[in-house]
Amino acid sequence: MKSAVLVFPGINRERDMARALKLISGREPAMVWHAEKSLPAGTDLVVVPGGFSYGDYLRCGAIAARAPIMDAVRAYAAKGGLVLGVCNGFQILCESGLLPGVLMRNAGLKFICHDVHLRVERSDTPFTRGYNAGQVIRVPVAHGEGNYEADEETIKRLEGEGRVLYRYCSPDGVVDERHNVNGAAHSIAGIVNDAGNVLGMMPHPENHVEDIMGCTDGRGLFAGLVAHLDRAA
Amino acid sequence: MKARVTVTLKSGILDPQGKAIEGALKSLGVDGVANVRQGKVFDIELAGADKAKAEAALKSAADKLLANTVIENYAIELKA
Repeated sequence: MKSAVLVFPGINRERDMARALKLISGREPAMVWHAEKSLPAGTDLVVVPGGFSYGDYLRCGAIAARAPIMDAVRAYAAKGGLVLGVCNGFQILCESGLLPGVLMRNAGLKFICHDVHLRVERSDTPFTRGYNAGQVIRVPVAHGEGNYEADEETIKRLEGEGRVLYRYCSPDGVVDERHNVNGAAHSIAGIVNDAGNVLGMMPHPENHVEDIMGCTDGRGLFAGLVAHLDRAA
Repeated sequence: MKARVTVTLKSGILDPQGKAIEGALKSLGVDGVANVRQGKVFDIELAGADKAKAEAALKSAADKLLANTVIENYAIELKA
């Protein structure tokens, strides 16, 4: 899997992401600076990592979404290329129009930084094929603005088309308001676009890929992408 | 030419920051505060004196960047 990790000023999770991609795909990802106008030839996966691009000025992800490289990412996604946005990356994808909706301030107003449980809603997508449908995984979150909201029509469409791939839940998979860490609509932690090739999620699967972290539940996401691309090749 | 673009949250959108400010005002003993919504103000200086061109530029700026029209409204005000 040839992956490309975008780098914006103020991003701080790009190395964690690169490390996870190298570990699982066996291949060093290309680090692509935001001022570039094109992606490396033959890119299989574009990753928009987490952090605080442009210091969260204006709105989280707003400035990064208008960076020169994002035109190339939009063109790449339009051709069906796989795009993964994590945390600030999810915010950037929403601001860039690649995903619907918006990430609002957490309902509890606090920055939250701890492990959460996610229910994998389906396993028949490139972003979830490393898991079973209904499986519960444990991964960390670290965000102040992760409260996913969209208009009623959009939420209805996301649910109707099965585009919610990850949802906040209890350790045994119960989705309720108590485990909805940031107040997101329908406990949404991750969604895909209508074509199913762009995923945005608030939690950080890249931080749970090595035994030393005490949990490797995040591996499935990357291993699933590798398996998907191997099969497509 | 000077202009001001005001960006506000659409009604019905939860505004936790506004709520926190409202709570703080109440705890300061400021009387009569019923509701607070937080927004943004952009003061922009424009080159040239063509009013129609300025308005078009400001609208484009607001649509493309200053406001996220999923959740926000904007108002443009041109000053002499």
